[in-house]
Amino acid sequence: LSTSKELGKVYTDEEFEDVCFDFGIELDDVTTEKQMERNELGLSKSDMDVDNEEEEEIIYKIDIPANRYDLLCLEGISRALRIFQGKQETPTFVKEVVAGNEVQTMHIKPETALIRPHVVCATLRNVTFTAESYKSFIDLQDKLHQNLCRQRTLVAIGTHDLDTLKGPFRYEALPPEKIVFTPLKQTKDFNAKDLMEFYKTDQKLKQYLHIIEDSPVFPVIYDSNDTVLSLPPIINGAHSAITLDTKNVFIECTATDHTKANVVLNTVVTMFSQYCAKPFTVEPVNVVDQFGAERMYPNLDLVEFEVKQKDICKAIGVELSSEHISDLLRKMQLLVEPKEEETTGGSLIVKVPPTRSDILHACDIYEDVAIAWGYNNIVKQVPKTMTYGKEFPLNQLSDLLRAEMAMVGFTEILTWALCSLKENFEYVRREHLAETAVTIGNPKTLDFEVCRTSLLPCALKTLAANKDAPVPIKLFELSDVILISEEHETGAKNERRLLALFSGKESGFEVIHGVLNRIMQVLGVPVELGDKMTNPEAYSWKESQDKTFFPDRQATVMYKKKEIGIFGVVHPEVLKAFDIVYPCSALEINIEPFCFDQHGNEILE
Amino acid sequence: FVRMRFEEMPTNRFVESSFWNFDALFQPQQHPARDAHDTFFVTRPEKTSGERFPADYLERVGAVHEDGGYGSIGYRYNWKLSEAEKNILRTHTTAVSSRMLYKLAKKFEKEGKFTPMRYFSIDRVFRNESVDKTHLAEFHQCEGLVADYNLSLAHLIGTVEQFFRNIGMTDIKFKPAYNPYTEPSMEIFALHPGLGKWLEIGNSGIFRPEMLRPMGLPEGVSVIAWGLSLERPTMILYGVDNIRDLFGHKVDLDMMKTNPICRIGL
Repeated sequence: LSTSKELGKVYTDEEFEDVCFDFGIELDDVTTEKQMERNELGLSKSDMDVDNEEEEEIIYKIDIPANRYDLLCLEGISRALRIFQGKQETPTFVKEVVAGNEVQTMHIKPETALIRPHVVCATLRNVTFTAESYKSFIDLQDKLHQNLCRQRTLVAIGTHDLDTLKGPFRYEALPPEKIVFTPLKQTKDFNAKDLMEFYKTDQKLKQYLHIIEDSPVFPVIYDSNDTVLSLPPIINGAHSAITLDTKNVFIECTATDHTKANVVLNTVVTMFSQYCAKPFTVEPVNVVDQFGAERMYPNLDLVEFEVKQKDICKAIGVELSSEHISDLLRKMQLLVEPKEEETTGGSLIVKVPPTRSDILHACDIYEDVAIAWGYNNIVKQVPKTMTYGKEFPLNQLSDLLRAEMAMVGFTEILTWALCSLKENFEYVRREHLAETAVTIGNPKTLDFEVCRTSLLPCALKTLAANKDAPVPIKLFELSDVILISEEHETGAKNERRLLALFSGKESGFEVIHGVLNRIMQVLGVPVELGDKMTNPEAYSWKESQDKTFFPDRQATVMYKKKEIGIFGVVHPEVLKAFDIVYPCSALEINIEPFCFDQHGNEILE
Repeated sequence: FVRMRFEEMPTNRFVESSFWNFDALFQPQQHPARDAHDTFFVTRPEKTSGERFPADYLERVGAVHEDGGYGSIGYRYNWKLSEAEKNILRTHTTAVSSRMLYKLAKKFEKEGKFTPMRYFSIDRVFRNESVDKTHLAEFHQCEGLVADYNLSLAHLIGTVEQFFRNIGMTDIKFKPAYNPYTEPSMEIFALHPGLGKWLEIGNSGIFRPEMLRPMGLPEGVSVIAWGLSLERPTMILYGVDNIRDLFGHKVDLDMMKTNPICRIGL
């Protein structure tokens, strides 16, 4: 946009950035058409033609909040900013039939309920397009299709040159072979079935085919001459295509979500009715549904919210009079009618225009008051209520143990919870446990197939990635693994584990054994040697046959009659799978059973 | 946090249901963040059975999405239980906050009086992103919230300022933003003295009534909250330009050993 044309004065980039910041949009980038081309091709300024660089129009890339569909086009942003700066009043949108014209009618046939039940329509009369506003019109539809319409699945917009058509219109759903027309950009007729095939190779349209292609009937809109306006949500007909010379625009939005269809229609007409001969007027269309009920669209009614002045002040923490609040809300396109009992510090009736579909509750209005006042003008306060600080016991225990591990000379690592099936099972020779892991559907990175069920593969990967580190290498991680657990609400649970890994010229089995003894010592858990397990408070270990570890050089750790971990010399085949050269020993235990207080009471839920 | 009298929330649950991660937070089911593009959907265990959610609360959540209520016009779409049941890897620790606030509401129901609380959490979250220099599929979030009567934006600003001052950032300003579950919302920017630029360091807001009232929290109680990721500020502070140098198995062990103690807040 040109700040001088739209906002009435020339702004520097920093000034404009500040205006955007205060309003709540973000100036992401200032660039030109040529610069964008360069960026795409990865070239620097000197590589390309710099003729006419100065005359190049500056392009602002602006990030807008995801719920503000009225800011998706230049018309919307500049209007909103002008109103915010008090340079323009919020327009009142009027539904009107200009003399000499007839209200159009759209009839919905029952079969559409099978595939795409809703349609809403409107007409814009005596529109004047320029090359820019025309482009903006198309861009807005694209953006709405991508965002609110969820890639056309929820709503699809069709815009047509009304002078090429003759109402009344019919919204039907027919078997594909029966629908024949010339689509936009084509010169011959297609039937809808062949058209689906044809578009399978079209880069832009192939992603939308799935929305209707398996249906026995396709949605289609006809006029009274049986001209096809559109095959929603795929493509419009060439016959009614809009050009720069179009004067009267017919808009139809077909949808599976009626609420969103209305928001979409409202957005298009509130933005572009500014180009009508009588600005901000929209000609309604009568939509007759399958039961014969008639409704006029678009619904441009103002939505009313009653808010109390004192609630607003309480919510934002600033004392403001009702009058001041009205002024502030006016800057945000919200109109206020004070209620009569002003003396009781009363209520305000806030009327929300169709451009602000994001207002759902009074709290949205509180935010607008705060934005208009200026967030950074609010004087801070600190909540005075007394509360008690404390750590989550398992985390506090974890931090204490991490310190202890560091004190015996181990270095902490922090690794990823997501890994591949191979790393988590095959490489550590635990294929038989493959069903115990939580699995992920369609991850973007193929390495992330499962959540780890052990910290050992992660530590071995770290070792493999640090081949230059001087031996002996002593690593530990104290973190969560994820296990399937039907008794837990989501079917899975986290388990806090400690892993210690030693790697050196010798396997370090006695070092790892020593770590176990030391950790139990600092946890205050006595040891019981031998297999008897008579002391319920003691821990012990017994020989195991786990495939991950070397035979006769491994043992499981027992506590309160349960296996809570394992330690041993890591099996050479495991080392080979991870590409590790030096022998290793590892210890992995579940530390959750040790989360008890000074009296021995368990504190983990 | 503990110094500021905040209690730590139990966050040791990576697999979460869409219900607590999204629906309870008034995030609509057609919201782009719930797409397979951005969220990790779990295929085993695939879902949390609807019976495991508190029945009356579940109903109220569905109703507020569909029709509004509590002063709201709602989203007006068809809310589906099957969507809420889908298991995901949590996309934010706010999923835990919603559970804690619900517990707090139940406590209020039982005791008849409301106990104001300050909660915090620091733990791992997951986003289905392609891994590159500044993005990982998992990272850490830090979140704080205060639940009390009559909390306002002014209190949020004051609390957030206090927090960032404690971690060494004194020059901050706020910008209007949007989150599905907070309104008003503010992005938090800090002035980086070295770069001389204002950088976004966090997000904050007051939880929407559509989220709090169905839980049963009393009128007049509001919850202010803020959050930030750990990796980005750490990268800025230490001049690390590749996130994989900080977190994951590719971290250089030598860097770990030689990095000096953290003097922030000293």
